[in-house]
Amino acid sequence: MKAKHQRLVLVVLALIALVGASLLAVYALRNQANYFYLPEQIVAEPPEPGQAVRLGGMVEAGSLQKLADGVTVTFAVTGRDNSRIPVRYAGILPDLFVEGSGVVAEGRLNSGGTFVADNLLAKHDENYVPRELEGMSEHQAAEMAEDTTVGLE
Amino acid sequence: MHGFANPKRFLALAGWLTPASLIAGIVLTAAALIWGFALVPPDRLMGETVRIIFIHVPTAWLGMGGWTAIALSSLVYLVWRHPLAAIAARGAAVPGLVFTLVCLVTGSIWGRPTWGTWWVWDGRLTSMLVLAFLYAAYIALGQAAEREGVSSRIPAIFGLLGAINIPIINRSVVWWNSLHQPPSITMGKSAIDGVFLAPLLAAVIGFSLIFAGVVLARMRAILADIQADARLRRQALEAD
Repeated sequence: MKAKHQRLVLVVLALIALVGASLLAVYALRNQANYFYLPEQIVAEPPEPGQAVRLGGMVEAGSLQKLADGVTVTFAVTGRDNSRIPVRYAGILPDLFVEGSGVVAEGRLNSGGTFVADNLLAKHDENYVPRELEGMSEHQAAEMAEDTTVGLE
Repeated sequence: MHGFANPKRFLALAGWLTPASLIAGIVLTAAALIWGFALVPPDRLMGETVRIIFIHVPTAWLGMGGWTAIALSSLVYLVWRHPLAAIAARGAAVPGLVFTLVCLVTGSIWGRPTWGTWWVWDGRLTSMLVLAFLYAAYIALGQAAEREGVSSRIPAIFGLLGAINIPIINRSVVWWNSLHQPPSITMGKSAIDGVFLAPLLAAVIGFSLIFAGVVLARMRAILADIQADARLRRQALEAD
């Protein structure tokens, strides 16, 4: 075996070991490296009331209500299954906070099972749609995009 | 492959490829940014803020692409001992760091109005910050190796080890719940409307050409440095 082949084998073995070690580390970190918990994770393993956690999910359509004091809102966050967590928040809402869109709430569960948020972050999804396409049917939107796109035949 | 590993042939090629790539890149990037900043309508939710994507996404991809280039060059250097591969790896480090920092800063500027925060410690943002630190460490290591006259093998091993962060950055939004959105552009599919996608792709090509031009220019500078050093040493020996 030539020296360069020996070096190639050595480097490949080192890379396999490195990738293996990293996969094990990523696997072990799976639950620790999450930025927030989904509602179903909170339902399955509820955190202690008063413990600071982040809750993330979708703002349930039709659940957003403004209370009489004018600054407090309540809404429900839903996850990938049917679980939903009621949330209460007093403060300024981020611009992108709307029903049916993603949100991350920082706060704690109270003893009644309501999540009391100190801070809300709006989560943007992966879709980028220009303003004039909003409210159009998908077919119309596709035609409009075709007409306005330059140089992408 | 061996043909281009010859420094003389590389210099002849890089002599015209460097300005060609830089000029084409600057023209294309300027056109793509004018297109993206002036001619594209605002986004449904984000409004005008969406325009940051035309800088943020190309610099993010090239920040990761720069380290991929470092890792591949380091592999070639470690196994086949081509000196030009070590020079290519060193040449990609500084532009890679600059593009990664531009990506972090533009992302932060976008995050403030969109998410409501400048920074969070989620998987994507943290792993991208780690990439910036890896670049800084790699540059320092390369300079130290050169100053102390240590073999370029040590930075090459570090370049190869650091590559493990690249798939982590890429998968961070899939493996973990993160504030950063999942990938918009995957194999053959795009969740980005064509109105935004076309100038984005133009900007990606433009920024890539600039990146390639800067790497070539830095490689030529490093080669010139080595040649000047060798000539000085030869003259010193003859003078004795």
